[in-house]
Amino acid sequence: MKVQLVKLAHARSGDKGDTANVGLIALSDEIYPILVREVTAERVKQHFKGICHGRVERFELPNLGALNFLLHESLGGGGTLSLMTDAQGKTFSTALLRMEIEVPDDLIFG
Amino acid sequence: MKQKIRIAAGQGFWGDLPDAPVRQVEGGPIDYLMLDYLAEVTMSIMQKQKARDPNAGYARDFVPLMLRILSTCVERGIKVTANAGGVNVRGCANAVIDVARELGLSGKVRIGIVTGDDIMPRLDDLLSRGIELRNMDTGEPLSTVRDRIQSANAYLGAWPIVEALKTGAQIVITGRATDTGLTLAPIIHEFGWAENDWNRLAAGTIAGHIIECGAQASGGNCQFEWRSIPNLADVGFPIVEASPDGTFVITKHERTGGWVVIPGIKEQLVYEMGDPREYITPDCVADFTTIQLEYEGRDRVRVFGIEGRPATEFLKVSISYSAGFKAVGTLVYSWPDAYDKAQAADRVLRARLDRLGLKFDQVLTEFVGASATHGPLAGPPRSDVPEVQLRVGVRGEDRNAVERFTKEIAPLILTGPPAVTGFAGGRPKVEEIVAYWPALIPKEEITPSVEVLDA
Repeated sequence: MKVQLVKLAHARSGDKGDTANVGLIALSDEIYPILVREVTAERVKQHFKGICHGRVERFELPNLGALNFLLHESLGGGGTLSLMTDAQGKTFSTALLRMEIEVPDDLIFG
Repeated sequence: MKQKIRIAAGQGFWGDLPDAPVRQVEGGPIDYLMLDYLAEVTMSIMQKQKARDPNAGYARDFVPLMLRILSTCVERGIKVTANAGGVNVRGCANAVIDVARELGLSGKVRIGIVTGDDIMPRLDDLLSRGIELRNMDTGEPLSTVRDRIQSANAYLGAWPIVEALKTGAQIVITGRATDTGLTLAPIIHEFGWAENDWNRLAAGTIAGHIIECGAQASGGNCQFEWRSIPNLADVGFPIVEASPDGTFVITKHERTGGWVVIPGIKEQLVYEMGDPREYITPDCVADFTTIQLEYEGRDRVRVFGIEGRPATEFLKVSISYSAGFKAVGTLVYSWPDAYDKAQAADRVLRARLDRLGLKFDQVLTEFVGASATHGPLAGPPRSDVPEVQLRVGVRGEDRNAVERFTKEIAPLILTGPPAVTGFAGGRPKVEEIVAYWPALIPKEEITPSVEVLDA
């Protein structure tokens, strides 16, 4: 079945120059491997189409049940150059939580 | 040697809750108060202030804060580490000495100052010797913005602060020091850690990372079950309780709001993270994939298992340069058809800007209430949305063009689509942009200097 990430994970995001980082944290140990499988760098790049103009990198933190994404060229120049309301990428976290992923039908969550 | 020391975070940024450091000092036992004042472009603001007034150029809030807490700090032996010195560390220290005398603490307060981070006067020398200070993000050489540079500072790490603490300083004031160094230094000092004890240095660095954003580690901006977080009005700022073996507990004072929970600590750990295996500071390279977390009681999370690697041969440099001007104007459109009206107003505004022949590097339109934060991911707004804020920003080298833009916003009220309000602030302000240029410099080029002043 398809489930929105907001039911499976929480997140925090921030900035480094024109790059936004999104840390995506599984709400349980069972969910983390599903995130690893489903929330690939390619899927995230596609999800942020029109927002992220550069590449997307993904790093795994199994010890925290978390994935870290770097979304390059996403903040309108970044820092003080940016004209965006969210020049610091603070809401990229919840933007990622909009994504729907495929999970096993018997997964217990939320 | 103490078996536990408690380091309390008092500020997550310059402008954070003014009473937070006072509550950290008075709300329970702590050994150190850590205050981080410097964001990436703060140094350039301070540089400008110093140009106008040679006694300025540091975090001014630090001085009235000292007036409030210094007596208690002296009484209880609480030490303070703060990068409040900005571009005028000595000026800041002198102001604190005045405070100490005013409080009748002459002869009772020793202040350590750390300098040597300012490389502004040495830039041409460095460039002429082939140290290019290329932009870490774009790869461009510094020569492309040389004539527009406003400040240039190397990030110093924990060791100069340790040296200052060794002299018996009660307050250590630095210029551009890393946020994490302000927490790591007291731990190194108290436990006598070695310069190559990479695992423990990494642990102290990660402790610093967790508390450097203040309450963001103790319930503030916490997405996990946010409705359940108790009493954010009285949020307690985080405290590191460090042990000699490199493990530590994150906690907060009793009878304060917020919470210290594992999901919240995880959120702060991933904040502004790059490659988790390579968290680079002047003191070590910390590996975030080795961090282990467990509960040790209510509002107590134990952090252990951390591994680190040797520091790199470089220091990061923060350079600021002027990069033109910007202005942002907003208006609010109401139901019915609020989004359509805001879009129509944007078209009118852009047609007028075109006709004026104004040139900008960028013009950005956002619709707050519809798509400003999540863009196309938000989908089309509901047709009965009660209001939408039109927000238009421009950026360019020509101040006059940006100035002219600011005069085109308010007229839309009488000359554009109907049901518009939200202009009470008057014309938007033109802002000079001071941009950030991150670079690397070989460590041997930087010699930190430590000095002691007695009040």
